[in-house]
Amino acid sequence: MLFRTAGQFKTSYLKDQTLFPVRQDAILLGIILAFAWVIFPLTASEFTFQTLLIPVLVYSLAALGLNILTGYAGQLSLGTGAFMGVGAYACYKMITIFPEMNLLVAVLMSGLFSAFIGVLFGLPSLRIKGFYLAIATLAAQFFLVWLFEKWAWLYNYNASGAIQVPHVEMLGTPVAGPQAASMTQYYFVLVVVTLMTILAINLTRGTQGRIWKATRDMDIAAELIGINLLKSKLTAFAVSSYIVGVSGALFVFLWRGAAEPNLFDIPISFRILFIAIIGGLGSIMGNYMGAILIVALPVVLKTLPETFGIPISSATVEHLNVMVVGALIVFFLIIEPHGLARLWTLIREKFIIWPFPH
Amino acid sequence: MNDMSQDGYVTEDGRQIGGVMMEMKNITLKFGGVVAIEDISFDIREGEIRAIIGPNGAGKSSMLNVISGFYHPQEGEVWFHGTERPAMKPYEVARQGVARTFQNIALFEGMTVLDNVMTGRLTHMKSGLLSQAIWWGKALQEEVKNREVVEKVIDFLEIQSIRKTPVGRLPYGLKKRVELARALAAEPKLLLLDEPMAGMNVEEKEDMSRFILDVNDEFGTTIALIEHDMGVVMDLSDRVVVMDYGKKIGDGTPDEVRNNQDVIDAYLGVAH
Repeated sequence: MLFRTAGQFKTSYLKDQTLFPVRQDAILLGIILAFAWVIFPLTASEFTFQTLLIPVLVYSLAALGLNILTGYAGQLSLGTGAFMGVGAYACYKMITIFPEMNLLVAVLMSGLFSAFIGVLFGLPSLRIKGFYLAIATLAAQFFLVWLFEKWAWLYNYNASGAIQVPHVEMLGTPVAGPQAASMTQYYFVLVVVTLMTILAINLTRGTQGRIWKATRDMDIAAELIGINLLKSKLTAFAVSSYIVGVSGALFVFLWRGAAEPNLFDIPISFRILFIAIIGGLGSIMGNYMGAILIVALPVVLKTLPETFGIPISSATVEHLNVMVVGALIVFFLIIEPHGLARLWTLIREKFIIWPFPH
Repeated sequence: MNDMSQDGYVTEDGRQIGGVMMEMKNITLKFGGVVAIEDISFDIREGEIRAIIGPNGAGKSSMLNVISGFYHPQEGEVWFHGTERPAMKPYEVARQGVARTFQNIALFEGMTVLDNVMTGRLTHMKSGLLSQAIWWGKALQEEVKNREVVEKVIDFLEIQSIRKTPVGRLPYGLKKRVELARALAAEPKLLLLDEPMAGMNVEEKEDMSRFILDVNDEFGTTIALIEHDMGVVMDLSDRVVVMDYGKKIGDGTPDEVRNNQDVIDAYLGVAH
């Protein structure tokens, strides 16, 4: 009943191509945005900001980047963590070399560095596909993390070998570094994530999106209808790595505050791949759903027993978390390979025709 | 061959066929030691329906792949619109106005019918990444303009009711039609059809034949097709090339080919 689409007619192609042909979707998104922009920041505690809100946004942005490459263009990548690292280190170098630089500009520019590196490591994609390409991107993963460790210039010859986010102000308010308030950081991340999401939605629903999807679904046919496969794949690598790089910069500057090279090692690549798979490959919305699940799960597992008065050690929570995430991935691969996003699509379709079964 | 001048000829049903659009000159294609196509020459004329037939393994599909730039022949020349075509990538050939369908359906299964047909318009879309990302200006105009063309094709092939259905859910016959729609959306000068009727029942074949004739009639599209159903080939095509074991054994109107002794031998076998 709520989702009834009767009476919503489209009288021009322009209207048919709007983002939300069904009015209720727009309303639903409005509610979600209201929560993200107003209600959460007003009610969240320091703990919620740091363990839930900011990480969800950062991880979903990284998953969004990976999803463009893997879900839309069909190129498997295991190098996400390293590309995040490129973004983070690029941002760090820019901010330390030019302390007066606007952080927003620095964050958006750091994506360009990872886009460039992403394209370089994407070059083999014309020749190799699937798992073999995944192995090639794994090379990027190991090489880049090794570089972060060995190239002392990257971390300004810091004795600890880690990068420490300096104090950065924007319009007189500290946004990064130890003095920054969580709410400021949250809004900063939210602005970037919203911007990236809009761009990604537009890219994936238009010509470029069709080029990517055609490359993914049937590359030979794609080439024979006039798609330059190399260009299509490299564009996917560039756009994907750009977004991943930006998320890496946010990851360190607006959330962690410091980073060691091994932070960008393979576990984070897998983590983001899991988010993309659980959320749904080839879906924008899925990234947020997947990130919420992956980030919120440990918190819920930790706080739920506490509220019921069941004593549970943090080590147990850690183990429980690993087991539940593992089980979920297996569950999703069997039950719904297209992830949470597809689940929502099915529910939505049911809602539209409710109370009739067909 | 009958009275064919350089400027074309008139078919039995009175259609005027133009000059040579594509000419294959002494094409030889080898895969290692296997000779798939041996020294074949033929031409395709403006506005014509040209069939390539032959028993299995004769090299018909390889020929189509040479035309669409997927294979590069070791010897011979491909002439298109009066100039020799250099070795091109398939996507460059597509941009010259050659579209095709595939023997085994090659649609983009994860996309809707509409999106699949829209990909056929890619050769006509030029907006930049930035314009697309902000969904404004040139990209938006292009999207709407090309949608109009695509809708015409969808109307033409009578697939309006499934335009928003994911292709993966469609039955075989409709997929074939969507594939034709995708090729037509490119507004090709030359349309290559690789076994458009394969695996269809009589009704579907009749529908498809009607569409092929209509495409040729209404848009004046030149069509080269491979087909195994002899009834269809003889009815539809203006001229037929017959191949066997990589060689050309016959070329002419359906009637000429039907009475060609080599062709009869190839299809029915000869007593030794």
